[in-house]
Order: sequence, then C-alpha cells, then structure tokens
Amino acid sequence: MDTTPIINNFKSEEYQINMGPQHPATHGVLRLLLTIDGEIIKKVEPDLGYIHRSIEKMCERDSYQQIVHLTDRMDYLSSHINNEAVCLTVENALELEIPERVKVIRTIIAELTRIASHTLWWGVMGMDVGALTTYFYGFRDREMINDIFEETCGARLTMNYNIPGGLMFDIHPNFVKRTKEFIAHFKTKLPEYDLLLSNNIIFRKRMEGIGILTKEDAISFGASGPVGRASGYSCDVRKHHSYSAYDKVKFNEVLKTEGDTYSRYQVRVLEMWESLSIIEQLIDNIPEGDFFAKTNAVIKLPEGEYYQKVETARGELGVYIVSTGTKNPYRMKFRSPGFSNLSLLNHIAVGGKIGDLVATMATLDLVIPDIDR
Amino acid sequence: MNITKNIHEWLFSLMPETTASIVEMVLIAVVYLAIFAVAGLYLVLLERRVAAWFQLRLGPNRVGYQGLLQTMADALKLVSKELTGTLKADKFLYNLAPYFVIVTALMAMSLFPFTKELHAFDINIGIFFLIAISSIGVIGILLAGWSSNNKFALIGAMRSGVQTISYELSVGLSLLTMVLMTGSLQLSQIVEVQEKGGWLIVQGHIPALIAFCIYMIAGTAETNRAPFDLVEAESELGAGFHTEYSGMKFAYFFLAEFINMFIIASIATTVFFGAYLSPFGITENIPLLGVFWFLGKTLLLIFLMMWFRWTFPRLRIDQLLVLEWKYLLPLNLMNLLLMALMVLLGLTIQF
Repeated sequence: MDTTPIINNFKSEEYQINMGPQHPATHGVLRLLLTIDGEIIKKVEPDLGYIHRSIEKMCERDSYQQIVHLTDRMDYLSSHINNEAVCLTVENALELEIPERVKVIRTIIAELTRIASHTLWWGVMGMDVGALTTYFYGFRDREMINDIFEETCGARLTMNYNIPGGLMFDIHPNFVKRTKEFIAHFKTKLPEYDLLLSNNIIFRKRMEGIGILTKEDAISFGASGPVGRASGYSCDVRKHHSYSAYDKVKFNEVLKTEGDTYSRYQVRVLEMWESLSIIEQLIDNIPEGDFFAKTNAVIKLPEGEYYQKVETARGELGVYIVSTGTKNPYRMKFRSPGFSNLSLLNHIAVGGKIGDLVATMATLDLVIPDIDR
Repeated sequence: MNITKNIHEWLFSLMPETTASIVEMVLIAVVYLAIFAVAGLYLVLLERRVAAWFQLRLGPNRVGYQGLLQTMADALKLVSKELTGTLKADKFLYNLAPYFVIVTALMAMSLFPFTKELHAFDINIGIFFLIAISSIGVIGILLAGWSSNNKFALIGAMRSGVQTISYELSVGLSLLTMVLMTGSLQLSQIVEVQEKGGWLIVQGHIPALIAFCIYMIAGTAETNRAPFDLVEAESELGAGFHTEYSGMKFAYFFLAEFINMFIIASIATTVFFGAYLSPFGITENIPLLGVFWFLGKTLLLIFLMMWFRWTFPRLRIDQLLVLEWKYLLPLNLMNLLLMALMVLLGLTIQF
C-alpha cells in the first residue's frame, strides 16, 4: 500500500525584505535580500554591483603609475595600503632596490591608516548596535591621523602617497612630532573605548555567541584579516609573508578562538594597540636617505605574472598582474578581503535576529567599493 | 491664583453657567496645547544640545541666541513641507495614526500638579488615567506601521506592540507599589501625603528605590527611546514605523516622543519626588516657585533619560522581552509584596 507523505502545511509565513541598496546598516550601496520569518533570518542573499566601476578593466588601459591612483577608490579606508600593494608588485617585478627610508615610512603610514580605519569601524560598529556616541569618539581620533596625512601628502582620504619606486614626497618636518603626539593622545583614549563600549553589559550580551564562524569555515570561505583571526586562523600577511619594514619590528598577531561577533570586535581593538607599538618602534628610527628609487618615466614590466599580497585593515589584499612587456598590464586582478568576508555572511547570519545580522555585518567591516571594485 | 480666579469670575458673570464652563475648558485646553507644543520643541533642542555635549560637538547654536530658535525654524519647515504618502497605503488609518499619538500625549499632560493651585484636572483615578492614556498611544504606532504598506514599518510596529504591552506591566506595578503608601490614586492626595511625611522615595526607602529604578527602565522602554528604541532602530529598520511619513505628520510622531518623555518624567516627579514640593520645604512660603521645582525635577529626570540614550547600545528584541518578563516583572511583584509588608508593619520613614 503506497502512502502519501504528510506535508506540513502549517508553516509560519516567510517573507522577503530588501535591506539596501540604501540602508543605514549596509554602509554603502550593498543590497541584501533577506528572507525572514518574523524577526528570524532564514536566508541572506547579497546583491552586488551597485558601485561597480570596472577598476580592473580600467587598469588595463592605464600605465602603472596611474593604476596606483585607481586603487585609492577600492577600499578607501586603507587607501595607502592599497597603493602600497600595487607599488610592491611593480617594484618586485622590476627587481628594484627600495631605500630603507621608504620602507619604514610606508610601514608607519600603513599602520596609521590601519588605526584610522579601525577607529572609524569602531565608531560605526557602535552606531550599528545603537550607541550613537561612539561614532564621534572614533572620528575624534581619526581626525588627528587625517591631519597628519594632510600635512604629509596633501590628501586626507585618497592619499596617493606611494609611487612605484618610492614615495611622492619626503615626509613633512612635523611628521615625527605629530605622530608622537598622536600616540600619546591615543594611548589615553583607547582604554576609554573599552569603558564606553567593550565592557558595556548590553553590548556584551548583544555580541557574544552570535555569528559564530569556525576555523574550518573561515579557511574554506577565504576569510582573512580580523575576521579570520577571530576564528583562530593565523592569516596575518605581515607575519607570514613579511613586506616593507614588518620584518624589523616585533608585534603580536592577535588571535582569538571563539569566532563570534565579540571576538571579531576584540581582535580589531587589540590590533590598534599592536599598530601603536609598531609605530612606536619605527618612529624614532627613520633612516636618512632618498625617498624614492629611480625608475624610468614609462614603466614596462617584463613579460610574466606577478602576485603580491598585503594586509589591509580588512584583511588580505592580493594584486595579480599579467604583463606582456608593454606599458600597460595585460590583465589585472585584485583579490579584495571584503568580497570573501561578505561571502560568509549567509553562513553565519542565518538563524539570528535582524539585530544580530546588523551586528554581525558590522564586525565583518565591509567597505562596499572594495567588494564591487 | 488671582488671574485665573478673575478670568473665571469674569466669564461666569458674562454668560450662563454651562457656556461659561465650556469656554473655560476650551481656554485651558488652548493654553495647555500652546505650552506643550513649545515645551516639546524645546525638549528637542535640549536633546540636541545634550547629545552634542556627549558627542564632543556643539549642536545647534546659530539660529537665535544659543540656537534657541532652531527648533522653531525646523517646525516651520516641517509645516510648510508637502505631505507625501505611499500609493497603496490604507489612507484613512494612515492619516489617523499621527493624531492618535499626539492627542494621547497631550491628554496626559493635563493631570500634573505644577503647584497646589495650578492643577487643571484632578480626578480621583489620576494614576490609573495616566497609565491608560499613555498606553493608547501605541495604537497610533501600530496603525502607522500597519497602514503605510511597508515591511520595515510593519516590523517596527509589531515590535512596538510587543514592547509597550510588556513594559506597561512594569510601569503600572512600580507605580502601584508607591500607591500602597498613599492609599489614593489622586495626584493631589499623593502630593499631600508627601507634604506631610517627606518625598515618597525617602518614605519608602529600599522598595521605593527599587520601584523607581524599575519605573525609569520601563518608562524609557514605554517612550521607545534608546536603549529600547527597537521600534525605530535606525540601523536595522531605517526609521521604523514612521518610515513613510513626512512633513507635519512625521513631526507629530517626533514631538509625541518628546512629550511622552516629559510625561514619564513628570509622573516620576509627582510620585517619587514630591511634585512641586521644595526639598526640606525651603520655599514653602512662595507657592508659585512650585512650578520651578516641578520643572527642575522633571528636567533632571529627562536629562537622565537622555544620558541613557546617548550612552547605551540598543537591546535585541528577545533580550528586551527577557529583561521584562524574567527580571523586572518578578522583581516588581516581590517589591510590591515588600512594600505592602512595610506599610503594614509601619516601617516607612516619616518626618
């Protein structure tokens, strides 16, 4: 006797809502198609492309000096590090000898960029969970870094300080003094971050135990940066594939094993301390010398494929260049950290509430132009 | 109050008794409406300045002296704005919702004793009336969310329903705890008890303090303010239930929030801190100063609520309900029992 399976028709009703492209929590033009049951997330489908500018295609048109400028517009919060990635790739391909001074200055500014990016993230993170005041505290400290940048290279956000072969200008005479001022200032302010947000009972309850990402998943989704490290995946490019002056300084790779939203939060806050210590070690020992190595006016890379990765504030940024020996790359590809980190959102957000999704997404620290390029 | 007495006598000499009392009521209503429209606007300004102070910035300080005309200008702008709505909204309910919210907020205002004489509406079920009126406002929010045909607004409205129904229990029970000491729901009676034996928060010491804490938490939740602002939850729902409202209709929701905050603080002032009574009776001879004391205490409590808002992150919806049903409600019931025992055994502090 054949039996017909009993179909459970008494499901609660699922419905879809569009989170984005204009939504306060997506911080840009990311569209998430949420399938929710009441408040509970059943499915998250990211829809990309709202700010796609085909940067990779534009790179094939431009010379190597021009490409550096385009990378500012990817992850605009760590623009210096993006510039550095392209410059390092070109320099390695040309086998240029880079002066020590350049390496040290690049490292200091990269770490300042990382702090600036993390302070902004910290402020926005607080705002996403409803504590609006943190935003202004984060911006207060970021402003000091931006002032240093402005004095050094004239730009506050899209810096363009690097050129293949070195730096565009030497550092400003005030640079060392103002950086030291910032370090002294920030050392008193970072504990305040913990007082205001990290140890707040509501914040802890909101963050702990949600959005859990295991180490295996972190690796298989290609998570990098603080997202990977919060799951216990040791993936710091600065440690494992050292570049610039990172081999000269002592710093710890911040690792957490819980993999939840709160540990991702903690990793970033602790990373700011590490960045401060890196800057402190280097700021007094900037070697004298040239601020660039001489290159040809028209850079032609030898035929071949080149790859270089760096650690931006968000994770591993890879630059891949295929050259046919002309003044433009034949093919250019960026491996952006935000793209891989976004891909795991559905995996860790399902089952949570809408509030959890927002908190989880905030700790992935997405910058949408970095994802879309 | 001589002025009000003179107007009263003048009106009654001018026309028959029924007409005169109706005209009098309308006059009082207009005065209250004007005062609280202005009060609401200045609370908005206060909040903006307090927020700026917490957030290392200046806040509005250009329009008028120290920005005193800023919110007036904002209100003017909102009045002159076009009212847009959604095409598929339930027009009737959509237009009705803001009035529900603002009218109930203004109704509750009439009950507060600013001084012994300056007390418009003193009924024997005062506290009960206040709780009842302030909970009608949620119907407006539910209607707004339901009728505007927007999923975000609907989620916000449903959250609001859940939240307000839960936290009303705590508001009611914590006020009931204090009523045990006064034996009356009438606001003038409650103040009278405090005039004789000291402020209720001192009279009732430990249970009164617990009741006050619970009341402030639940009151903040009732007004849908951070850390309980799940109804609007900017980073989750955009603007929540009033996503589809613009112009003056939005302004009604916005003003109602601030007037509700004033109501919550005023109830706390009346019930816990002796309304218009001065501390240790230092200005007992000048009854008009009662207004100063009443508003002073209320503003202090409002500042406390603003402090909450600009410091704490938001709770999640399930945590919100856990806090109410698993912690505040049992604590409140035990506190009620404790207070009853104290009153029975005469353990309250009397001056």
